[in-house]
Amino acid sequence: MTALDPGPDLKTQENLADAKAAAAGLASSRARRPSWGLLIGQPLFVAVVIGAWAIWRSRAELDSIEQRQLDWKLVGQLTVEHLKLTVVATIIVLLVAVPLGIMLTRPRARRAAPVVVAIANAGQAAPVIGLIVLLAIWLGFGFWTAILALCLYAILPVLRNTIVGLQGVDRTLVEAGRGMGMSSVSVLGRIELPLAVPVIMAGIRTALVLVVGTATLATFIDAGGLGSLITTGIRLLRYPVLISGAVLVAALALLIDWAGRVLEEVTRPRGLG
Amino acid sequence: MPESEPEVSGVDIELTDVVKRYPGQKKPAVEGLSLHIPAGEIVMFVGPSGCGKTTSLKMINRLIEPTSGSIRIGGEDVSRSDDDDLRRRIGYVIQGGSLFPHMTVTQNIALVPGLLGWDKRRTAERVDELLELVGLDPNRYRGRYPRELSGGQQQRVGVARGLAADPPVILMDEPFGAVDPITRQRLQDELLSIQEELRKTIVCVTHDFDEAVKLGDRILILTEGANIAQYDTPEAILANPADRFVADFVGAGAALKQLTLSRVSEIELGQPTVAEIGDPAPDVLRAAKAAGDDSVVVLDGRRRPVDWMWTVDLSDVDNVPAPHEDTDLVTIDRRATLNDALDTMLMSSHGSAVVTGRRDEYLGVVDFQAVLARIQDGNGQPEAEVAQ
Repeated sequence: MTALDPGPDLKTQENLADAKAAAAGLASSRARRPSWGLLIGQPLFVAVVIGAWAIWRSRAELDSIEQRQLDWKLVGQLTVEHLKLTVVATIIVLLVAVPLGIMLTRPRARRAAPVVVAIANAGQAAPVIGLIVLLAIWLGFGFWTAILALCLYAILPVLRNTIVGLQGVDRTLVEAGRGMGMSSVSVLGRIELPLAVPVIMAGIRTALVLVVGTATLATFIDAGGLGSLITTGIRLLRYPVLISGAVLVAALALLIDWAGRVLEEVTRPRGLG
Repeated sequence: MPESEPEVSGVDIELTDVVKRYPGQKKPAVEGLSLHIPAGEIVMFVGPSGCGKTTSLKMINRLIEPTSGSIRIGGEDVSRSDDDDLRRRIGYVIQGGSLFPHMTVTQNIALVPGLLGWDKRRTAERVDELLELVGLDPNRYRGRYPRELSGGQQQRVGVARGLAADPPVILMDEPFGAVDPITRQRLQDELLSIQEELRKTIVCVTHDFDEAVKLGDRILILTEGANIAQYDTPEAILANPADRFVADFVGAGAALKQLTLSRVSEIELGQPTVAEIGDPAPDVLRAAKAAGDDSVVVLDGRRRPVDWMWTVDLSDVDNVPAPHEDTDLVTIDRRATLNDALDTMLMSSHGSAVVTGRRDEYLGVVDFQAVLARIQDGNGQPEAEVAQ
């Protein structure tokens, strides 16, 4: 098995690349109605993978370093840290990008939209590993620096989808609302936002998936997460640890993606088909 | 109008020197429109595209702010009131209905009453009343989403939504532009019978001159810059176009268009043999033979026409059968124009058309001879009406 392994570095990168590709694809090829097969199959698959890993973990012969690294409690703690990074970063992204996106579609600020999107684009184009390290040098190591880097990285899809979603609302519906005597705030809240929700939610799911993959890098600035299994595995040349880390991150990413999908389904206004 | 007049619930609209100038454009879109729209009438705005008819309409509810000039609704200057408040008091109906797709039929209709703070019971009652008015069964349609309705049904709900808060003035922007011709004709007929009851002031933009002739008590023909080419009753415009522009716009066949001015209700309807579903076939056949008819109009329990059978098809059954699922008897409303009636007759295998009343109940049939007689009688009559 080790002979076939392409090498630890490649493996981690592939993981990230996969997450990225998945995220990019999800935004564009978002199916109108995700099939039930996917909604049920995905968590089942994750459960099988984690179950298989757990069986392997309890049976495999591990040396003391591996045992310490793959201690149940530690793995659990790392997973919780990873989830915390993901959820906190996504919530902050939401709180920033959605209002910003709304602002940038209002007549007064509409012209600024391309500039802001370009800046957000730069945030996503910059290599996260560089971003995370630079920010750490500037702001110090730790959880919140990692959160900042993740937010900068993931803000684009939510911002862009908020703008695109709102712009995609039929103008005649907006005018109908105004023509019936709704204030502009009420047209936004009762017509524009509900109709844009599916597109905005797709952006949020993309952001979630980006963040859960990228949070693997938080370990470089001492912010925890499952990435530490991967780096430890590489540093100490312990493949079981490395692969466990990679498998668990992948499983978590799939689970988060599934949660996003469910969220999309639940928030989709009835009547939109 | 010669009919007995129900109470007018509309108010008049007065435009004085209304100008709309867009920044960066040399010529104003509306160059100074002055117009009086009488209470309780339907006034149709027509003109070539880009003539400013829609702009003029939207200035009435201030979706577009006039650059100068004044607009008064029922004597009250619209620029004085808060614009949202103003619009809640003016009905607004747009092409295709423009229903909000994430709201049910009820939520769509109840929107303006909600904005006006009506209580729930009053709103719910109003929604049902309006659905009845536009010919949709409340129990069936109240909870549906727009995408579960046909184009014509969506448009009906759009009209109901415009009427929701019982506004004295209703603005319509190409209301029936997005539906097929037959549905459009029905919707127009329905609008006319609703208007017969409600007598609102309706301002309606259309690009279809025939629609203007059919619906309008008056027609406003605009040229570029919203200059008035002619503002008069349809009869007068057809008989005496003010200038070449109007004549061209009215188009060829003005005489034929007069057919659009007469309604089926003005004609004496034929009364062929009728039967109800389940009536014994031999009795019906005997009655048809006595009357010399070779076909029988079949009515349902509520006296609505459902089928039009040849007597030959009745000779080998015991009772008058209910029509097949796919039988779709095309009927016309008594408010339909002779033009529509001719159209329907040409499609019917009987060479005549079944006419229905306000609640879809059977009234009789109209045939070519009756229409022809009416045209011959009616020669010269439009001018006489104008002279009044």
